[in-house]
Amino acid sequence: MILLTRKAEFSSAHFYWNDAWSPEENQRVFGKCANRNGHGHNYTLEVTVAGEVDPVSGFVVDLKELKAILEREVISVYDHRHLNLEVPEFTTRIPTTENIAISIWQRLDGRIPHAKLHRVRVYEMPDLFADYYGEP
Amino acid sequence: MTTSAANPQPRAYLSRRYRLSASHRLHSDTFTADQNRTAYGKCNNPHGHGHNYIVEVTVGGPVDAATGMVCDLGQLDAFAQTNLLDRFDAMNLNTLDIFRSVVPTTENLTIEVHRIFERFPGAKLTRIRIEETSNNSFEYSA
Repeated sequence: MILLTRKAEFSSAHFYWNDAWSPEENQRVFGKCANRNGHGHNYTLEVTVAGEVDPVSGFVVDLKELKAILEREVISVYDHRHLNLEVPEFTTRIPTTENIAISIWQRLDGRIPHAKLHRVRVYEMPDLFADYYGEP
Repeated sequence: MTTSAANPQPRAYLSRRYRLSASHRLHSDTFTADQNRTAYGKCNNPHGHGHNYIVEVTVGGPVDAATGMVCDLGQLDAFAQTNLLDRFDAMNLNTLDIFRSVVPTTENLTIEVHRIFERFPGAKLTRIRIEETSNNSFEYSA
């Protein structure tokens, strides 16, 4: 089995807020990330898929196809958007790096032909990233 | 956002990278001078040398339904400041108590840093990975 990783980037705005809490509690827990006007990041997405090498093509997946799937399922939805306000899953889920990784997994799982999704890694910045392996 | 036992939270991993600069000399008292030079080469220079280390700490656990987080990043950063950066940054590793009888290779530093973050109360440590240079990195998981 081979693991193959494709990288993509998106730039988005977000803020952290839990509607069940008072503004003071949101401020205490999330600090400056609770600013309701939002702030943003250049996110880097790494999608790793696992599969067998096709004996004819020598590929696990066709990278052009994987690139197109990432573009269609994730980048076109997240890039230059406000995650809280414009991306459906984040109306009920705070767009933390962890939740972004989980959401991207859910967007991609089962949609990559000939390979199994292995890991979604999302860098919020070079020194902070979250991994999701599909664990419930 | 609510959490319930019937709807367990997915498990994710969060990694944070910290930077520290320190000097060290690789030298074992159990070796002769020649053996030390053979084993450690230029790293045995009596005056030491240094690195910009990158310490990558990975913690894992269920994503909290209320915060959307595996752990409180502020708590992890504060813990790292007190227990990692304040102790190791801008230091000569050989002068630290823990390296009095242990050679401060990056392998041993990785194991020591793992021991430190195992005591982090905010989330379960999954892995410590240290880059000594951009060409050399070391990982330790319990």
